[in-house]
Amino acid sequence: MKIPDVGTTCKMNISTVTIGALKEEGGTRGRKVTIGGECTLPHLTFDGDNPHKPVIAGYVSDIVPDWPDFLQKAIGKEIHSPDEWAQKCVEDFKVDLISIKLLGGSSERANRSPEDCAKLIETLLKAVEVPLIIWGSGDMEKDRLILQECSQAARGENCLLGSATESNYMTMAAICKADKHKLISEAPVDINIGKQVNILLEDAGFNLDDVVMFQTTAALGYGFDYVYTIMERARIAGLQGDKLMARPQLCDIGEEVWRTKEATMGEDILPRWGDVKKRGPMWEAVCAQGYLQAGADLLIMAHPEAIRTVRKFIA
Amino acid sequence: MIFIGERINTGFKSIKNAVLNKDGDVIRECARKQANGKADYLDVNLGAASNNPEDLCWMIEMVQEEVDLPICIDNNKPQMLKETIPVCKRPPLVNSVIADEKKLDEILPIVKQYGASLIGLAMDESGSPATADKRVENAGLIVAKFMEYDIPTDKLFLDPIVMPLKFMQNQAVEILQASSQFGLFADPPCHIVCGLSNISNGAIHKGLINRIFATMLVANGLDAVIMNVNDEDLVDAILTAELIMNKSIYADSYLEAFKR
Repeated sequence: MKIPDVGTTCKMNISTVTIGALKEEGGTRGRKVTIGGECTLPHLTFDGDNPHKPVIAGYVSDIVPDWPDFLQKAIGKEIHSPDEWAQKCVEDFKVDLISIKLLGGSSERANRSPEDCAKLIETLLKAVEVPLIIWGSGDMEKDRLILQECSQAARGENCLLGSATESNYMTMAAICKADKHKLISEAPVDINIGKQVNILLEDAGFNLDDVVMFQTTAALGYGFDYVYTIMERARIAGLQGDKLMARPQLCDIGEEVWRTKEATMGEDILPRWGDVKKRGPMWEAVCAQGYLQAGADLLIMAHPEAIRTVRKFIA
Repeated sequence: MIFIGERINTGFKSIKNAVLNKDGDVIRECARKQANGKADYLDVNLGAASNNPEDLCWMIEMVQEEVDLPICIDNNKPQMLKETIPVCKRPPLVNSVIADEKKLDEILPIVKQYGASLIGLAMDESGSPATADKRVENAGLIVAKFMEYDIPTDKLFLDPIVMPLKFMQNQAVEILQASSQFGLFADPPCHIVCGLSNISNGAIHKGLINRIFATMLVANGLDAVIMNVNDEDLVDAILTAELIMNKSIYADSYLEAFKR
């Protein structure tokens, strides 16, 4: 009797999502990004070849985040100008796309008007030729207006908009359908809600082939294992035929890692933890690489050194 | 769960008449209704209405005109299968073979040639088994034959043989025990299937008995079932049992999502 082939075959491929539209497609992007399409878990090349490598989006925000000096310096003076920051991400840090967070739109911060936010999106679209991921400010009420304006400003550019939750999915589905964007479906570290949001989006007439799933993200040391196992379980369910879960997944590494004490505090506060200028980007890179193992398709990252490390890992 | 719709069967008078009168609309309508009930396969059974392979081919063609579902050919005669399998647009599920070397040697080459799947009944020439052990022994013979013919074991659907609760009450627990052992036979594991409604044969509370037994079978590894897929309460019970067994991921709208 011959030794049986114990390789596993998937019942369903993860959906493929392309972000960005070229000139001939009604947009102005110089290049597009395609993620998903997996037929097996990451790195299991003996089971099959996953068609698209994970991609990295450069973290950009309209106001400078509350980040440590060494991180701001690593990015450079451009951090004070979103379009220059985005350009630097593309040209110097070699990211595949740009993630813009309109933090200043929040009424608790700069309280920028939706029109101002939309102008910034127009500026960014001119400044870089890579696709955009557009997030609101985190202020639920305000984001309804901000994302609507920004979506219209980027109409036809096939951006990825964030995000649809159980409470705003109708609006987000309508906006993205009207202006031809892809959509992030978000759940608060909860696989059941993640699935439910996708059911609701489908109910609202939104094609799940245009969805990227986001289980929020936990930094290493702050519930990383919860998110890791959720993402892994969602991916396995998708490969086994659960079409609601067979979607590419996103991780916002930069946002979470640069809030942790391990990545930001020097040896004066954390003795024997080593130089934070090295430790911080290592923390971000290791966190990102962990999530790649869980099945992440799209990573949002901030520190150029961490981006370089993870790019090498992906290649 | 792999749902196999059972209604295109000449045991039902309307289907029998449709076959005799070549009334395709009846077959098509029955196929559509079961497809709307989210069937994964449609069982097509010519029964005693005719011995003519052309009649079975006609039934299959009527189904395929209406829906794009694979067929479960309810026939075990090699000659009949040779004529009907090529009519199927998608690899069919052949229903069924018993644990008998001679019969397996006849049918497995055909199954292999067409990439079909096969329901293997855990019974032999001597009839229905009385114990879980005998069921496992019979199933084991079929699994071994699949391996001998180098057919992937996930093309095999093992059926523990469901007996009526009303007449053979001691059998249900033997069936459950056998099912739970079928899962251990091979890698990739064989599917476990049954003709569910046999359990409630002759009983008054058919629906209730079907639902409860189905959920108990799910807890013992059942992953395919021949049943009335338009019985919504039964489908809901099975979907819920699969959640409880952690075979699918919970979402508040899990029932609605399935039916959409």
